[in-house]
Amino acid sequence: MLRKRHSLTDWSYWLVIGALASFALLIMVGPVIVVLATSLTENRSLKFPPTGLSFQWYRQLFDESVSRQIHRAAGNSLTVAAWATFAAVLFGTLAALAISRSQARLARLMDAVFMSPMILPGLSFGLAALMYFTLLGFRPSLNLIIIGHALLIVPFVLRTTSASLSQLDGSLLECSASLGASWLYTFRRVTLPIIAPGIAAGAFLAFMASIDNVPISLFLSGPRTDMLPIRMWGMMESTLDVRIAAVSGVLIALVLSLMLLMERLVGFTRRV
Amino acid sequence: MISASSGTMPKRSGRLAALTRPAEWQFALPLALAFIAFFAAPLFMLIGVSAFDDDRITQLGFAMWRKFLGDPFYWKVTIDTLELGLMTVAASVLIGYPLAIVYMSSGPRVQRVLLFIIIMPLLLSVVVRTFAWIVILGHEGVVNYALMWMGLTPTPLRLLQTEFGLVLSLTQIEMPLMLLPLISVMSRIDPNLRDASAALGASRWRTLFTVIFPLSLPGLVAGCMLVFASSTTAFISQQIIGGNRLVYLPLLIWQQSLVVYNWPLAAVAALTLLVSVTAVVVVISALGRRGTRYLNVT
Repeated sequence: MLRKRHSLTDWSYWLVIGALASFALLIMVGPVIVVLATSLTENRSLKFPPTGLSFQWYRQLFDESVSRQIHRAAGNSLTVAAWATFAAVLFGTLAALAISRSQARLARLMDAVFMSPMILPGLSFGLAALMYFTLLGFRPSLNLIIIGHALLIVPFVLRTTSASLSQLDGSLLECSASLGASWLYTFRRVTLPIIAPGIAAGAFLAFMASIDNVPISLFLSGPRTDMLPIRMWGMMESTLDVRIAAVSGVLIALVLSLMLLMERLVGFTRRV
Repeated sequence: MISASSGTMPKRSGRLAALTRPAEWQFALPLALAFIAFFAAPLFMLIGVSAFDDDRITQLGFAMWRKFLGDPFYWKVTIDTLELGLMTVAASVLIGYPLAIVYMSSGPRVQRVLLFIIIMPLLLSVVVRTFAWIVILGHEGVVNYALMWMGLTPTPLRLLQTEFGLVLSLTQIEMPLMLLPLISVMSRIDPNLRDASAALGASRWRTLFTVIFPLSLPGLVAGCMLVFASSTTAFISQQIIGGNRLVYLPLLIWQQSLVVYNWPLAAVAALTLLVSVTAVVVVISALGRRGTRYLNVT
């Protein structure tokens, strides 16, 4: 009898858990498929079900004469993401080397400060950066956006690099040192090869976070320094511009292919 | 590329090596200085700007603070923003936690697929995810099509520009932030504990609430903090899906700073967002710590 009651509760357990989890999976995957389907239609509005297969939105998107603004925004976003990621990797890796293995009070405090952009509202920081740079007399430029992005994406690099540093066996470093290797040589031949996959995973996350960044770009971008997410927002805001479906399609393809590549190279999904 | 360079081992005397070896803590200095110059300083300037009476920033005073704190409208906007964050957190726990349980009890192959599905939206632009929800919830969107096809409603329902639609969309948009810390903690739970609980006669539900839940609490708390912080500041999703009917602090900050050019009032709103979100995050973290302690004792 006990057994029977248990099988009944087991049944209810898997029914409830399974139903909720399926719903979670549905709303995680569904939107991506809906966007891809929309980008391949021929109607001008967002009517469902889509009618007619067509690449017209992609053609329009890649047409230089019609979509120059989008191209420039995408170019700006890629430039900013590349430089911001470079800075975040450089500064973030150095900081991870310094603080991730230390239990000192100051190291813990710095860790909390460096990770705080994950929690603090980005929009408040974006406005603060706008006021700071304007009142100091800077003109809007991509350089300012790069600085802002770099600070907000540093946590991604810091986290994955610290995680791979924690797997680094300290005795390896002692071995290397006792065999007469300099600090730099040990770093180059022992530490770096071990933490490189962690750095790469963090750099990828940071790069995508910069492409995606709204709070900084919203406040620091101007007519000549337009950024992709802000341009896409404009395409949705007043009258809907269906080219945004094509932009989304391109971004989805980019994310999927980069993810597969990173998975092959560094086992990306295990390091996030 | 990294291991390709093969140099000869440098021969240095030990003393010289010790001298040229940088103290490791100094490596944090560049980032620390960058944070002081470009993160802390702007936030202090935000406080400074909020203490001016006029939008040309010439007259010191607390008029904007008085205006903000004395107006029920701004209070309502602040409370709505926090409420939106809490509802998103609740919804993402409700459907995210079961998915994490499924992840925990799956084999390695399924786990890899699930992980891929969970991480993908994180890397995809928030604007793309927001656009997807416009297509899904719109007047002629997927949901209305399905409802009308099943005959559940004769006319399309209004789903965009409602709190329900916004919470649903934000739940999907922020879900990876809930799931990643949760599954990283849950996959470290010893499966023997689950089996032991079952062997001792506990039902699945009882095992979930008395064994798995307490052990997963650190991950759950981290997920809640991230989802709350991210959904309260998700300006584009709030503005596009919520429309101008639903006003939250991010919209207020944007309007005051870039449309009306009342920087002091924008600064007040930004500080309110910063302080109130941080306060809730601190409370969530404290509840998590207390919960862990309490559950470990009993």
